[in-house]
Amino acid sequence: MERVEFISEESVLDTETGARTETMMLNMGPQHPATHGVLRVVLHLDGEVVVKAIPHIGYLHRGIEKLCEHITYQMCLPYTDRMDYLASICNNIGFILSVEKLLGIEDEIPERAKTAEVILFELGRIESHLVGIGTNALDLGAMSAFLYCFKERERIYDILETVCGARLTTSYPRVGGLPLDLPDDFEEKVRNFLRIFPKTLTEVDKLLTRNRIWIERTKGIAFISAEDAIDLGLTGPALRGSGVPYDVRKAMPYLGYENYDFEVPVATDGDAYSRFLCRLEEMNQSLKIIEQALDNLPDGPYAADLPDVVLPKKELTYTKMESLIRHFVLVYEGFKPPAGEVQHAVENPKGELSYYLVSDGSGKPYRMRVRGPSFVNMQALPQMVKGSLVADVIAAIGSLDIVLGEIDR
Amino acid sequence: MSFDLSSLTDSLNTEFPGAVKTIIEYRGETTLVVLKEKVSEICRSLKDDFGFTFLADLTAVDYLEVKTPRYEVVYHVHRFGPEFDENIRIRLKAEVEGKEPTIDSVTPVWSGADWLEREVYDMFGIEFTGHPDLRRILMPDDYEPFPLRKDFDVRNREASKRSFEKELERGTE
Repeated sequence: MERVEFISEESVLDTETGARTETMMLNMGPQHPATHGVLRVVLHLDGEVVVKAIPHIGYLHRGIEKLCEHITYQMCLPYTDRMDYLASICNNIGFILSVEKLLGIEDEIPERAKTAEVILFELGRIESHLVGIGTNALDLGAMSAFLYCFKERERIYDILETVCGARLTTSYPRVGGLPLDLPDDFEEKVRNFLRIFPKTLTEVDKLLTRNRIWIERTKGIAFISAEDAIDLGLTGPALRGSGVPYDVRKAMPYLGYENYDFEVPVATDGDAYSRFLCRLEEMNQSLKIIEQALDNLPDGPYAADLPDVVLPKKELTYTKMESLIRHFVLVYEGFKPPAGEVQHAVENPKGELSYYLVSDGSGKPYRMRVRGPSFVNMQALPQMVKGSLVADVIAAIGSLDIVLGEIDR
Repeated sequence: MSFDLSSLTDSLNTEFPGAVKTIIEYRGETTLVVLKEKVSEICRSLKDDFGFTFLADLTAVDYLEVKTPRYEVVYHVHRFGPEFDENIRIRLKAEVEGKEPTIDSVTPVWSGADWLEREVYDMFGIEFTGHPDLRRILMPDDYEPFPLRKDFDVRNREASKRSFEKELERGTE
C-alpha cells in the first residue's frame, strides 16, 4: 500500500540554485467534487508541479461479474445499467447484443428493433457527451455550459421515460428485440428533440470552443501521443483525440451501422481540447444517424419469433396455458445458449465496451467479463499529468470523462 | 499486409515449436490456445511482426472441476486496418495450473496490460511474473480471498474479513 505521509524523506537537489527541495504528497479524493465519484489520486508534488500521480480505485466495487454468475442472462440486464449510469441504454444494448451473438440469433432480430436500438444508442451517446462536456466545463469554472448541457439531457430522459418508463436505469431491450413496441408519440418526440438540440449545441460551441479561458485551460493539457494511446489501450474520444480514427461502429459494425452515413471525428493534438472537440462533433454525427434511422424506421414485429428465447406476449400469457408455462420456464430457468464463448464490442460514448461471455450450456453465464472503457482509459492519467500543474489534473480527469461505476463495476 | 490466419499460426509454430496448440472457430471468432511458457514471446511477435498493436482485453476464467489445467488467461488482441473490413481481432488463451498459478506478464509488450493484469491477480490470484507493480486493485490491500475463483464461498464472512475487522474484534473481546 502507498505510504500515507505528508512530506516524503527524499529530497531533490535543484542543480541551478543548489537548493534542496522536498516533494509533498497530496491526496486528491476519495471524495473530491472533480473526480465524479470515489476516486483517490495520490499526487507527489514539487511545488505546484506533479511529479507522480497514483490513482487508487475500487471504492465502489460491487462485484457485478461475480453476481452475474449466479443469475440467468436476462437477470443480468439491470446490473449493466449501474455501470456507466450516464449512458445506461448503451450498456444494455451492448449486453443484449453479446448474448444474441452467443445464441447465434443476430440474423433473426427484426429490423424495427435494430433501428430503434440505433436511435436509443445514439441518444445515449449524446446524453453521456453532454454530461462529459458539461462537468468538464463546470470543473474548470464554466457554469453556464453545464446548465445548457443538463437542460438538453432532461429532454433525452423524457424520451427514454416514454419508451421504457425509467429515466436513468433503463433496462430496456431484451434478447431477441424489444419488450414492448415503441410508443406512438416516439417519433414526434425524437423529431422535436432533433429540432431543438442543434441550437443548444451551437450555444455550447459558442460558449467554449473559442473561449479564451477554456482554450488556455485545455489546450496542450493532458497530452497523450497516438502511439502511447494505442499502447495503453485507450478507446473512444480519448483515442480519437490523439488522431487514431478507431471507432467500433466502423471497425466491427453492429446493428447495421455500416448502412448509415456518418463520419468519425478525429482531432490530432491529443490534448484535453482535442477530446472536447471530438465529443462536440460526435454529437452532431449522432444527430445525423438518428435522423437517418428515424426516416427508415420500419413497421412490423419488434421482437424475434423465437419461442425458446423471447417471452410470449402478455395477452397470450393471460389466456393460453402453453404460453403461461413457457413464460414460467423462461423466467425461472432462462434460455440455454450452447457451450462456447464470445466477445462482443460496442462503441460506448466513453470508448469500446465489450462483454466476454463464457457459456457452459446452462441458463446462467459461467463467466461474464466486462471491459469498461473508463477502466482502461484511467490508466493514462499518471502519464497525462506528469509534469503539469495541480489544477491541470482536474482538466485531465474531466477530459477523460470517466465514470467510477464502470471503473469499479 | 494482408492477413492470413494459417500463415500466422505457421510462423508462430516455426518460431516457437508447439506454440499454437489448438485453433477454435466459434460464432465467427478465432481462438488460439497457446503455450503458457511462450505467451510473452508470442505476444511480442504478434505485435511486432503482425501488427496487433492494440490489446483490447485481458482476463481469466476459472474452470474448477470442469477441466485441468484450472485457469485460462484470455487475451483479445486487435489489429487496426485502414478500411473497416480489415480490422482483425483474435483471442489467445493460455492454460495455467491450479496450484500457485503464474504466467509471464505482457506489460512489456502493451503497457495497457498493467491494470488488466492487476485486476486478474486481484480476482483470481494469478501471479504475473515481470509485472512492474502487482498489487490488488479493486479489493482492499489486506483482503485475503480471491473473489472470482469458483471455490470462493460467498457466504463465508469469516474468510472475507479484513485485518482491521479482526483487530477490532480482538479488541472488544
